[in-house]
Amino acid sequence: MEPWVYPSIALKQEDFEEGRIRTTRTPLRGEYAWDAGVAVGRFLAELKAGRLVGRRCRVCRRVMVPPRMFCEQCFRPTDTWVLLQDTGTVLTFSVCTVAWDMRRLEVPEVPAVIAIDGASPGMGILHKLGEVGQTNDEILDRVHIGLRVQAVWKPPHQREGAITDILYFRPV
Amino acid sequence: MRRWNTEVAIVGAGWSGFRSISPDLSFREMMFEAATKAYSDAGIDPRRDLDGLVTAEEDFHEGVAISDEYVPDQMGAVLKSVHTIAGDGLQALAAGVMQIAAGAGRIVAVESHSKASNVLNLDQITALALDPVYQRPLEAHPIFIAGLEFRRYLEVTGTPIEHVARVVVKNRRNALRNPRAAFPADLTLEDVLHSEPLAEPLTRAMAADPADGCVVFVLARGDVARTLTDRAVWIRGLGWATDSYTLENRDWEGARYLRQAAERAYRQAGIQSPRRAFDLVEVDDTFAYKELQHLEALGLCRPGEAGRWTAEGATEVGGELPVNPSGGCLGEGHLLEASGLARLLEAVLQLRGEAGPRQVPNARTALVASWRGLPTTTGAVAVLSREP
Amino acid sequence: MAGRRVAIVGAGMTKFVRRALETGPELAWEAASKALESCEMTLDQIDAVVLGSAPDAFDGVHMKVEYLSPGAGAWGKPTIRGFVGGGTGVFAAIQGWYHIASGMFDTVLVVCEEKMSSCHPHPQAAFNYIFDPTTERPLGPNLLWIFALEMNAYMTKYGLTKRDIALVAVKNKRNAAGHPAAQLADPDITVEDVLNSEVLAWPVQRLDVSPTSDGAAAIVMAAEHVARRVTNKPVWVEGVGWSLDTQYWTNRDLSYPTYVEEAARKAYAMAGIREPRKEIHIVEPYDPFDYKELHHLEGLLLADRGKAAELVVLGTANRDGDMPVTPSGGLLGVGNPISAAGLMKVAELFWQLRGEAGSRQVPGQPKRGLAQAWGDLMQVGTVIIVGI
Repeated sequence: MEPWVYPSIALKQEDFEEGRIRTTRTPLRGEYAWDAGVAVGRFLAELKAGRLVGRRCRVCRRVMVPPRMFCEQCFRPTDTWVLLQDTGTVLTFSVCTVAWDMRRLEVPEVPAVIAIDGASPGMGILHKLGEVGQTNDEILDRVHIGLRVQAVWKPPHQREGAITDILYFRPV
Repeated sequence: MRRWNTEVAIVGAGWSGFRSISPDLSFREMMFEAATKAYSDAGIDPRRDLDGLVTAEEDFHEGVAISDEYVPDQMGAVLKSVHTIAGDGLQALAAGVMQIAAGAGRIVAVESHSKASNVLNLDQITALALDPVYQRPLEAHPIFIAGLEFRRYLEVTGTPIEHVARVVVKNRRNALRNPRAAFPADLTLEDVLHSEPLAEPLTRAMAADPADGCVVFVLARGDVARTLTDRAVWIRGLGWATDSYTLENRDWEGARYLRQAAERAYRQAGIQSPRRAFDLVEVDDTFAYKELQHLEALGLCRPGEAGRWTAEGATEVGGELPVNPSGGCLGEGHLLEASGLARLLEAVLQLRGEAGPRQVPNARTALVASWRGLPTTTGAVAVLSREP
Repeated sequence: MAGRRVAIVGAGMTKFVRRALETGPELAWEAASKALESCEMTLDQIDAVVLGSAPDAFDGVHMKVEYLSPGAGAWGKPTIRGFVGGGTGVFAAIQGWYHIASGMFDTVLVVCEEKMSSCHPHPQAAFNYIFDPTTERPLGPNLLWIFALEMNAYMTKYGLTKRDIALVAVKNKRNAAGHPAAQLADPDITVEDVLNSEVLAWPVQRLDVSPTSDGAAAIVMAAEHVARRVTNKPVWVEGVGWSLDTQYWTNRDLSYPTYVEEAARKAYAMAGIREPRKEIHIVEPYDPFDYKELHHLEGLLLADRGKAAELVVLGTANRDGDMPVTPSGGLLGVGNPISAAGLMKVAELFWQLRGEAGSRQVPGQPKRGLAQAWGDLMQVGTVIIVGI
């Protein structure tokens, strides 16, 4: 197979530093305003009011969060809004020490999938944990799968109808 | 080039929209509406009967990287054979047909949608399709490409610009009788010719405005189609082609991509004289001159003849060969990747005799042709018939 | 009602490198021309082109298929770009299969290209856009999160250790030492190296992860009558399957890839395979992270749930073991230009089954291999089974 591998040319950092390689640069500008629609629109409005809500399908009886107007298992419209708790259980988590551009973070972030009380088992949302320590070791000491957590909300006047109206979830 | 192994038919169609904005529905809810209609039309339960789904979308139009992530649930297609075509909806249709003919499924859905109103800088996004090294540094609005091509078309074919303006008048009037159309209007030639210039000779009114909407079809293998419905519309020929990407050495005159695509589709359908083969045509008219250029590339008339043909009324509903009875992209709105499926939708409804006040009497065969829009040279063609 | 028999008759690829001098279309050309050369075919013998490339945001080019088309030999040809995120590389081969099995085409050139280095400051930026724009993106997620969340769920559920999982990275980086295209081969790497590498997003460490890469791969596929003329060692496509799970990934049990099982079951059924653990001789599962190889072996039903690590610990998965896993060196060793890496796995099976893999050759004349890729929001499985 060796003959069928093309000897493509790998560049090194010096090639750029010494000006041997030319590039053109374009900043990517994509501006979008996503229509939240019925289900997520209501979800965001309820967040502003300090509540989490889900949607129930009366056929499979699941209560789903994030809410949707259709049940993907039954392929039919969902039926009713259900008020959920702002507490839940950590289904899984990570201790992330780098940002998206691979910069090191001084204090790690702790993303988690949290199953929300009042929704069907396993119905989680993505969010972050807080008040769990400042270093990897501290965090790994305090956080485990199955940890019970509660939402910490922004003060009402600062909420804007976004997932970030919950600052983070903290252990209870 | 051969025909595919098995007969394939369209057994269900559904849509949502089309409208210039759609703030009441998320893209998911819009797809759910269109899918519900299509499955109900086909008489199938997607959770039980659907084998696969092909969607057509482009990441930059969705504002999402890897946009196929967000399609299965609202289409009833979770844990089914789902994939996306980053291309026009008619290419997704071809993918669905090939899957069925290959034996990978019996019933496959095809979907595409547009939430163009959510893309706040759509023109700049289009500019990102230009070559990043050669063309992007020019910082030109991509509409200039339409201006270049339009000027060349007028010059080479000797078509008067009034004939091009007639396309706009016709299509937006056709749209008056189409409840799906986002931009129906009763315009005069003067209105079209004197609207704001975009890229001379192109005026504002000669360019289709974007719209929001969703189109879903259900395809079935021939034997399955016969058990599901007696209103099946049969796919007799399919072709698609990509010509030169570069602006520097493309064919500026004849929409060669569509000529190549049509040759393949005609061969499969056994069509030798396309001009007499169809009862109606739905063809891309993103820019008014494109309808004329495309009619010529499809071999429906000689180069330079489409303008006069249009001016004489031959392409009106009731004329010799109705073209874009739906109103086309100019009348319905441009649905991004879903544009080809919007053309296909009208053809399917016409062949079923369900086009209401736009109905072409006794329509039995139709030709559908799409173009991917600026700055591409990619197009696709489908030949449809009431008989297999 | 199965389609026609389809074979792979040629394969080629570029070196996988951190940053290539070549543009995307140039990389596509390099791989495509090598694939054609390998079976002594020319572009005019190719009926259609299938193009694979993962998110457009890497190159910052909208409608990437158009941009890549000249390099991929697509000028004037029916060209289509299918898309299932990271699953695209294997899916492109599946698309090539259905183009031919359907009866529509006799020969297809399949080209997968990825140039991640164009994206600044880091290719990860492109992945920020995979998350739901309304309910997730405001949290500032990055791609490592979802892998770390999944890896933690998998480890915790089955009580696996980091050391067990790290052995996959060691095996694959060592296997890559014989691969002429490899970016990260390391014949001397130890498990301590992996365990002592920088923690990125616990439990994910630097050497658990495949690199970002530039590169391309291509294969030529043909219908049986052409394949037998072109080569005396065609590698037949015996089974294919693909499956996309729900977009609501936070509602799923992340410890098991159900979508991979669904795809595998379809492929096994098509290939008539009842006992995959005995009937598959070489496995090339998708390994962008070391735990993913184990996860996928379980989804492919080649190991019991939570037990795949034992195959690596006991040496069963070594090149000279009973079921060699990733003899190419995989994404961890050869590199991960996303779609090209998936197609590289198919090319590896082509070379292995023909006995042309040089120092990487699996002993014992293997007759059948399976390649699998995965992508989207931990959501899609694509599987192809090939044999001689």
